[in-house]
Amino acid sequence: VIEPRSPRRPYDGVVICAPVTVPYRRFSTNSAHWWIGRALRELTKAAGLRPKDLDGLSVSSFTVGPDTAVGLTQHFGLSPRWLDHVPFGGASAIVALRRAARAVEAGDVDFVACVAGDTNHVDSFRKTLSTFSRFAQDAVYPYGAGGANASFALITKNYMNAYGAKREDFGLICVAQRDNALAFPHALMKKPLTLDEYMAARAIADPIHLFDCVMPCAGAEVFLVCREDAARSLGLKAVRLLSTIERHNAFPEDAIQSRGGWAVDIDELWSMAGVRPDDVDLLETYDDYPVIVMMQFEDLGFCRKGEGPDFVRSHKLTADGTFPHNTSGGQLSVGQAGAAGGYLGLVEAIRQLTGTALGATVKDAKIAAVSGFGMINYDRGLSSCAAVLAGSA
Amino acid sequence: MTRPLQPPKRKNPLKRTRLPLGPQATRSRTAHGLTAAAAEGRFALQVCLDCGTVIYPPRDACPSCLSARLPFRDIDPSGRLVAETTVRISTDPYFRERTPWRVGAVKLDAGPVIVAHLHDDTTEGEAVRLALKLDKAGAPVVLALPAQETPNMQDDPQLREMTCDPKFRRVLITDGRTAVGQAMAQAFSEAGASIVFVGIADPWKPFAGIDALRRLERVEIVPLDVTDSESVNEQAQQNGGRIDIVVNTAEHTRAGGIIDRHGITVARDEMDVRYFGLMRLAQAFGPTLRFRGADGVNSATAFVNLLSVHALANWPAYGAHSAVEAACLSTAQCLRAELRAGGVKVLNAFFGPLETEWFQTVPPPKVAPAVLARAVVDALRRGLEDVFVGDVAEDIRARLAVNPKALERELAS
Repeated sequence: VIEPRSPRRPYDGVVICAPVTVPYRRFSTNSAHWWIGRALRELTKAAGLRPKDLDGLSVSSFTVGPDTAVGLTQHFGLSPRWLDHVPFGGASAIVALRRAARAVEAGDVDFVACVAGDTNHVDSFRKTLSTFSRFAQDAVYPYGAGGANASFALITKNYMNAYGAKREDFGLICVAQRDNALAFPHALMKKPLTLDEYMAARAIADPIHLFDCVMPCAGAEVFLVCREDAARSLGLKAVRLLSTIERHNAFPEDAIQSRGGWAVDIDELWSMAGVRPDDVDLLETYDDYPVIVMMQFEDLGFCRKGEGPDFVRSHKLTADGTFPHNTSGGQLSVGQAGAAGGYLGLVEAIRQLTGTALGATVKDAKIAAVSGFGMINYDRGLSSCAAVLAGSA
Repeated sequence: MTRPLQPPKRKNPLKRTRLPLGPQATRSRTAHGLTAAAAEGRFALQVCLDCGTVIYPPRDACPSCLSARLPFRDIDPSGRLVAETTVRISTDPYFRERTPWRVGAVKLDAGPVIVAHLHDDTTEGEAVRLALKLDKAGAPVVLALPAQETPNMQDDPQLREMTCDPKFRRVLITDGRTAVGQAMAQAFSEAGASIVFVGIADPWKPFAGIDALRRLERVEIVPLDVTDSESVNEQAQQNGGRIDIVVNTAEHTRAGGIIDRHGITVARDEMDVRYFGLMRLAQAFGPTLRFRGADGVNSATAFVNLLSVHALANWPAYGAHSAVEAACLSTAQCLRAELRAGGVKVLNAFFGPLETEWFQTVPPPKVAPAVLARAVVDALRRGLEDVFVGDVAEDIRARLAVNPKALERELAS
């Protein structure tokens, strides 16, 4: 028998600042290197640093191959003393953040640029799908080649069967996010979306219809992790990191995924943060499909398992609503720029908590929760993570 | 319920022939354990020898105990279809032409969850049985079938993509003079082939069985001599564009080994009929078969080789014959690789001594030509690549797997 773990040490004096988005494009003829390079340059400008001041770098990308973070140091002329490569898809941002935060706290590094960027060539999405993982190659892609749409169709269908969710319930999530996106300058989806339009959309992989799917695109997101005093000396508005969790391949015994790894670690997330779900002013979930948003509402403790449909029916999910959620529009309306999709919510939360939102603003936002989810390796998303952030004011 | 397949309309020769495509065929080396099982029509998954966990997708370490001892073993294929979807939009050109395409997650009674193709008669929430099939690219896939037989279930479009059912297809039996050739003609006629072309060399020479052959429904006798390139090419020009299955029944079996024979005359004849005959047929009919792999209900679908099981292990009593059969087996492997691009399967039917005059002195068990013919039709319906027909063939295969050296010594005694 293994002894119970000692409680985790809280984060001490670590902040996140300088959120930057390189505006998304549906297709790009540029490489991932171009997108990541542009993000880093914008970051240095936003933070008032020189490139050589970046002594830490964490990179997430699906399309930067054959390079890794190591090759990028030479490509960008950086000489970091701390380097990380986090190819974790939708879990990239929070995983990168929690590693960077501990390194900064320990004094191993001063400024970590956490960056995610991907390009989207005309045929790169299909190529990414067909070679996504060994299990995808052996046991998923040859089955109709529906990609994540088909995998999430099975997860969604199972959830609907188990908990009585209706397509309309998922539609409420998508419609509210579109409302948020209309005010967000970087969103690729600029047209309003009604529930009727959502319901009438063409089927992609039943019960997944068009507006349940994200649009693959090119883009990059970046933020800076450093000590609180360093951010202050640079005059940067920053947010504090209260707690994080991370879990991979949870609940392998579930025949079909109906919960994510958050459910394993949820008590730790809130106890370490010292706040409760009720204290949260905005939630940024990973939204490649609305079913996984509903699971995050449940597994992060905003409602109980199976209550997701009721929760979305009884809350207004827009930035000015009773439960502000994916306030920039999320990937469903902004677009999914590869691994940058995993950064979208965290970058938006930093903006909301520092009063620098680009679009719809959550009034008096002090506490934000952000969650990530990633990597359909075979039949389910393997990686889940979450962070609780607080504004410095 | 599956709708019964309708006979295809006559093809408009002015219309473009749809070119064959296949799903992604790349697999990890370990996953080819599934290929081996699918080729023989078995349902086998990895089983951990240390903890008994049944594993899918194929792995190189057990997810329960990290053991590396994970051989493929035959597994009970029963399970339940937990959730299904219908893929309507696909990124893959092969599936884009075939959507809507149903797939689902099946919880196997033996443990793992398998994403599978779905036969149309499967129902969400209900029992299914899984089968391993080779898809149009020749790669192994899992297909969920209804737990019980259903009417016309063989006509399901997904199943038909993964099999070579002779129904409504046109077949060429290359030599109708032999007992096996005549049995094949009857079996394919009964299996619903729309035309069975039966090749006869020198048709003016009478032979036993000609009257019975003529009486078979939808049989058409055509001139064909596999030892004559001109004859083979002529037949391919005449009918090659409407032949969907080639069954090479040309045989030349003589007893005897190597050193007690004088000269190479007999061996040359054996090579001419079997090895060069196969090559002539492959060169004449192969390109058209490969081109017509997606040509509708009666697309080109299979090339069938009948091989002595002694192609796999030489039987010195028929030593020269075994050597020729080995050459044909190797040729068939090459042909399989070449036809795969068209989604056309190469079926090798391995048999032991036949109940024919050329094995007169050999004691039983022997394979009756009708049994071999039915086994070939059954293997095509199941979409197999290799089938072993009869007790001797099964015995040789089993012994070869255990100890090839022991088999070599024992075949010589």
